[in-house]
Order: sequence, then C-alpha cells, then structure tokens
Amino acid sequence: MSSDTAVLPDVVLGARAIVKRYGGVHALKGVNFDVMRGKVTTLFGENGAGKSTLMKILSGVETQTSGILTLDGEPVEFTSTVDARDRGISIIHQELSLAPNLSVRDNIFMGRELTNRSGVDFVAEEKEVRELMAGLEEKIEPKTLVSELRLGQQQIVEIARALSVNSRILIMDEPTSALSATEVEVLFKVIHDLTAAGVSIVYISHHLEEALQITDFAVVLRDGEIVAQSEASAIDLDWIVENMVGRNFSLGEPPAGYEFGDASLSIENVNVADPQVAGRLLVKNLSLDVKAGEIVCIYGLMGAGRTELLEAVAGRTAVSGGTVRLMGEDVAKLTIAERIGRGMGLVPEDRQRDGLVQTMSVGQNLSLASLSSFAKSSVLSKAGEQGLVETQIRNVRVKTSGPDAPIGSLSGGNQQKVVIGKMLSTSPKVILLDEPSRGIDVGAKAEVFGLLARLASEGLAVLYSTSEVGECLSIAHRIIVMNKGSIVATFGSDATKEQIMAASGEAVIA
Amino acid sequence: MSSSQKTQPKALSSLFPDGFDVRAILLRGRAFFALIAIIIVFSSLSPNYFTVNNLLQMSAHVAVFAILAIGMLMVILNGGIDLSVGSTVGLSGVVAGWMMQGVSIPALGIELFPSVWVVVVVALATGAFVGLINGILISRFKVAPFVATLGMLYVVRGAALLITGGLTYPDLQGQDALGNTGFNHLGFDRIFGIPTGVIVMIVLAIIASGVLNRTVFGRWVYASGGNERAAELSGIPVKKVKIRVYVLSGVCAAIAGVVIASELTSANPTAGNTFELTAIAAVVIGGASLMGGKGTVRGTLLGAFVIGFLSDGLVIIGISEYWQMIFKGAVIVLAVLLNAVQYTARKAPAAAPLPAPPTTSSSPEVPTRVGA
Repeated sequence: MSSDTAVLPDVVLGARAIVKRYGGVHALKGVNFDVMRGKVTTLFGENGAGKSTLMKILSGVETQTSGILTLDGEPVEFTSTVDARDRGISIIHQELSLAPNLSVRDNIFMGRELTNRSGVDFVAEEKEVRELMAGLEEKIEPKTLVSELRLGQQQIVEIARALSVNSRILIMDEPTSALSATEVEVLFKVIHDLTAAGVSIVYISHHLEEALQITDFAVVLRDGEIVAQSEASAIDLDWIVENMVGRNFSLGEPPAGYEFGDASLSIENVNVADPQVAGRLLVKNLSLDVKAGEIVCIYGLMGAGRTELLEAVAGRTAVSGGTVRLMGEDVAKLTIAERIGRGMGLVPEDRQRDGLVQTMSVGQNLSLASLSSFAKSSVLSKAGEQGLVETQIRNVRVKTSGPDAPIGSLSGGNQQKVVIGKMLSTSPKVILLDEPSRGIDVGAKAEVFGLLARLASEGLAVLYSTSEVGECLSIAHRIIVMNKGSIVATFGSDATKEQIMAASGEAVIA
Repeated sequence: MSSSQKTQPKALSSLFPDGFDVRAILLRGRAFFALIAIIIVFSSLSPNYFTVNNLLQMSAHVAVFAILAIGMLMVILNGGIDLSVGSTVGLSGVVAGWMMQGVSIPALGIELFPSVWVVVVVALATGAFVGLINGILISRFKVAPFVATLGMLYVVRGAALLITGGLTYPDLQGQDALGNTGFNHLGFDRIFGIPTGVIVMIVLAIIASGVLNRTVFGRWVYASGGNERAAELSGIPVKKVKIRVYVLSGVCAAIAGVVIASELTSANPTAGNTFELTAIAAVVIGGASLMGGKGTVRGTLLGAFVIGFLSDGLVIIGISEYWQMIFKGAVIVLAVLLNAVQYTARKAPAAAPLPAPPTTSSSPEVPTRVGA
C-alpha cells in the first residue's frame, strides 16, 4: 500500500482502494474516501460517476469487489445494512425506500419496533415520531399512511427514520431532490445540529451550490475515481464543475455537411398529466420539432419530465393535451405498434425493465419489434430472421458469441446496442432515446453516439435525453434544457457546460 | 450462485471433453429421465405395468391432462395462470351431452338433433367463450389471473351443474335414425388400436409447438411473458395476446371435455374437477417458469406423462390412495425446486445487475432496501 492509504485520526469511516465491478462494468476503480468526524463531507460527481455505488458500499447495501473499509481506524466488513446500522451508520437513499401501505410510524420503526410486554409499544413509537417531526418542523401525524403524503413529505419521513436510529454516521444520497426551499433550510439546520453533536455526515446532491453551502469537505468523483478533494473554504462552484466534468472523452461531433429535411417529429403544446397526482402536469405545454437528419438533446435533472415526454410521444402513456405529429400525421389515436410501423420508436431509459426480454436470446431481442418483416402470413421465416439479426449485429456492432447467446451474457453497453438495434430494425424515421448512455462505459457511449451520428446523416431524426452535460455537447445539433416539465433554454452545439447547468437549475441557489 | 455447478467431481468431467457437464444434462433433461425412471421402477414392481395395453390405457389418461396442459402452457408462458380449465372440461362436456340428447325448441314444437360436428364446434365455442371472459377480465379490467380464473372456476362449474340439474347425461352414442352418430369416435373408439384422445393430443402438441416456435403469435407469447413492458414498447399488442392465450386455454379444456365425455359416453357436470391443478403440475414438471417466458410443448408433454404414469403406476402396484397423494405432491415440489436450480444456474453467468449507479429513477434489479 502506498502512503496515501494511511488513515488520519479524525477520519471516522475510511474507504481504501475500493473497487466495485458489476459484470463487465467497472463502477469504482480503487477509491480512497474519508468521512471526517463531526463534519459534512460532500461527494460530487456526474451521473454514473459511482457516487451511489460508493455510498451503498459504505452503508452495507453492497459489498466491494476489493478494497477495505475502516471504522475508527479498524478494518471492518459490513454483512448487511442492519449490520452497518448496528455499528452506527445509516443511509437516506435517493430512491425512497418506504412501504407506502404502512403508516409513518410503522415505516420509521420498521424492523426495529419498540416493544413492551403486550407487543409493539405504539404509544412510545408515536411519541418518538412526534418528537422527530417537531425537530424537522413538519406537521406529519404518526398514523398517516405514507401513500397519502406528497413526495417531499415522504422524503422527510425517510430522513426522520435515519435520524431516529441515532447514527454516528449519516449518509444522505440526494436528500433534497423533492424538498421545498423551506424544507431544505430546516434540513440544513438539522444537519448543523447533528454535526455539532458529533455526527458525521456524507452528503450527495445535484444542487451544487446548495451542497457547497453546508459542506466542510468536498470530494469529486469521476468515472469511478476520486479526481479532486479539498476543504470547502478553499473552493468555489467553478472548481467543482471543472473537476466534475473534466476533460471528457470525446463522444463525437454533430454530423455536418448536409441539410436537414422537413420536421419528422412535431410536438405542439403537449401536456402530460401526473398519473399519481390529479391536476399536476409532468410536462407543461411543451413544443419541439425535430427535423430529418437533426439530432436534438434534452438535458434536465431528475424529475424534469424528460422520460414522461418521451414515453408520451412514443405512445406508452397518453398526452393530456396538445398534438404529436409524425411526418405530418397526428399520432394521437395510434397504438405503440402503429407508431413503430409509421417509423417512430423509443429506446427506453431502463433497459432491464423496459428494453429487453431477459428470457430471450440476443437475436430474438433484436428481431422483436420487426417480426412482421420476415413473416409470411404470420409464420416466421428462419432465414429471414437470421439475415435481419446478423445485419443488425454488424450494424450496431454488438459484441456477442452469436445470435443465440442469452441476452444476459452481454455487457451493459452491448445490451444497450441490442435495444437500439431492435428499434433500428423497424427502419425508423424518428428515434427517441431516453438516457441511451445510462450504465454503459465510456467506450460504448462513444460507439452509441457514433452510430446515432451516422444514422442522422442518413436522414434519421434523433431525439435523446441525458442527465450528463458532457453528452449534450457531443453529437447534438441542438440542446434543449428542461426543468419541471417545461423547456427553459435552447442552445446550439456551441453551448458551454456552465450555461447548460445554470439553465437546468443545477448550479443555481435553491 | 453457480458454485454448486462448478464443483462437479473431476473424475466425472474428465470423462467428457469440452466441458461436457453431466449435471447440466441431467438437470435439463430431468423430466425425461424421471419418466424413464418411473417406467423402470414400476415395470420391475408389477408385470402388468409395461404391457402394450396398459401403456395405451395410461396414455389415454395422460392425453386428457396433456391437452389441458398445452393450453395451460400458453397461459403460463404469458405469465398468467388459468384455474378455470377443470370446470370448463365439465361445462363443455355437458354442453355436448345436452346437444346429443336433442335440443327442443318449444316455440316451434320441434326437437333438433344436431350432427356430431356441430356438437363439437359448439362445445369448443363454449370453452373459447369461457377463455374470452377470463382474458377480458385479466387484460382489460386488470383482475389478477389467479382471482379471475378462480372466480370462473366456480361460475363455470355452477353453470354445468345448472344445465343438467346435477345429473349426468348418459348414452351419448347417438342414433342412426337421428343422424347424430359418431360421438364415440372422439374418445371412446380407437384408431389402429390407439385411443382417439392420444391422437388428439399428438395433433394438438404438433400444432401448439408450431404456433409457439414458428409464428409471430408464438414469439409474442414468449416476449410478453418474459417482459411485458419491453414487449409493449416493441409494438406487441400485449392485451390481445393475453386474451388469446386464455381463449386457447379454454378451447383446449373444451377439447379435453369432449374427449372425456366420449370416452365415458356420458356427460357428467362434475367431470374435470381439480384437473387444473394436474395441468399446472404437468407444465411445471415440464420445466416451464411460472414467471412466464420459459417453457416448451415437449417439456409439458413429458410433464403430463410423468404425472400420469406415476399415478397409474401407484394404482397398479396397489399403494394406498393416501400415499399416492403424498408421492404426487412430492414430485411436484421437487420439480419446482429443480426449476429454481436450473433458472438460477442459467442466470449466474449473466448476473450482471443493472450496472448503473443511477441518479435518476430506481431500478428493479436493486431491490429497495430498508436502510435505516
């Protein structure tokens, strides 16, 4: 071990040379990370940099592939979250981990119910919940069902639960994403009180300035490596942004040297309603044209409405107002199949959940959306399917042992190419891609973007979404920034990262 | 996960070059090897077991379950379950019996005796109708398949009992004078010594196998059972597919009902009671996944033979009925256990969970843990 692995005395929890692999993906590449006693340590990094993975390892949700953790200077292994919790480490997950069918009280004490002789001591539990809520300045009754709370309140409950275990180390993964400005202020006050009482906080947030406000130490993670760290007093926003985005691996240039055609896709004043909350719009009165040959990128934070927009355009969900035209035709009444047939398909955000049929082979997944192209009176032609699959494997450059290989045997990047290849097999005129680079490594990203650039130069209209600024500034001719369901800014390919991040609300004080 | 797979004895694996894995072969062909084992064991226990006549007799029993199981396979591949097939067997048999008895139309003062093919078509249409209701309940009204078909199990059985008033329609062979003979051909008779039911089973199996492996619809069934959301986004009409598999299951049940009514030349409204469970067992023993997306017609047929040959063998060697139940149950549980082993083993090399440390929405592969 080199000298930089030495553990300082004021480090309560240390990670040394932590490596984490998921199959072929290298999420963490030997990370050294220190949590300072009684301080707030903030981890900055883009999507996919490995922040959440590192936090999951620190809190016992996942185990590292290699490397060691130290607690108070002693090597330690967490067998589970319960184990980590018993040692005083708890985590507030960015995805809410509450049971919506249970009350606030039952959620807060889930798995560690207070008991007396007659069973669960509901009175004591409710008393404690009330105290917690008073501390957080929230009026949430212990017996309210979590499903009846709005998202921000649910996040408060999540925070209350983590506070209720009196941890020494509290990990907060995007705790403020659904909170209002006042709630954030209260949370920050609570964080100050906690650190004053000696609790160590690990903080992750996409709201950079907000995080900079409360942090004592800043650590920047990029592509699975720590690239910079400093005391907060010595740095500013520019330092963070610079280190976060770094000098990116080139993901290509917008294809040039040709004229765009007519608008292939016209979105006019489209609204998408929130299925959960009546009257709330996830996409508000949004208009956007994508011309043949043009590549448009939609940038936005989580909850900006990107996925909802793309799913509504593709036909997965209904639009609650406005029109979507494909090659001039209103698609309102068309099913997903008919939209695919007329030349528009969606490559979904979550390829495991929405993109792939895991029980099928690579070839069967590739041909799934275009079965009719090689079927005669609904009987499949084996030769026809083989031809299509082999062409497509070459076209999108899937690295596989063959069309019959199980889809799960491929790396994330190659799986993504299969999902894209499946849609390309339908000879689309418009392709929608929701976070096409999610969970794939940088080499595969470049290949995917290269493919999209080539297809666009052949006349395909490409609309993709991303939450990584670097990806906007690659192949897109036009960059749309979405925030809370609306377009807040439009840039050409000459925009800067800072401009885009500022427009999205990321680098603006909340 | 895969450690049990890799710790095979060196001596064994060295017999087979190229990593020929004996355990994997045994695991994959388990239904087939189980059937061989059953035949060997019972043949050694009883001289009457391995005779042409008994094998044909047992195959006739198997045929009914296999026909039901083929329909059930379609539903299970699609990720559903159909508990109403046993009752549909009863209802379609009763409908056939009722028509064979003569349909009187009081308004016209006449009594019709439809010919056998009309009877069969109407009986099958009955099954299709039951399946259609199942399918609509499940796909349009989002009723859980278990509950929807459980309800239909009662409704359909009740309808069958209502039609006959709880009685059995006897003597369905028809009369030359009425022009409605031939019902016996459908199950009671043998063709070249082979029970008709067995031939029906073979024909159905070939058709079903062709549909599942060679047609667009078959691919749709596998895809929407494997991942309905992905199938939908690929343009597959998942709701239509769902309705169709339940209709097919209902038709298969009706075919079984007609075959049974013909075998017995009578229509009993309680025919087919609990057959749905045997059909599900056959599909599962045949290696299909109850999660959908995995399974074959060949496996299902083997599963039906395993369960049929085992039950009849236990009867032949004279084991008590109580022990028969225990044996059958144990075989089903063992089959499910082995399915679990097979599917985990297959997933092991592919166990790359969603490699996204995402900052966006939650991913299904990483189960949300109760952290604090």
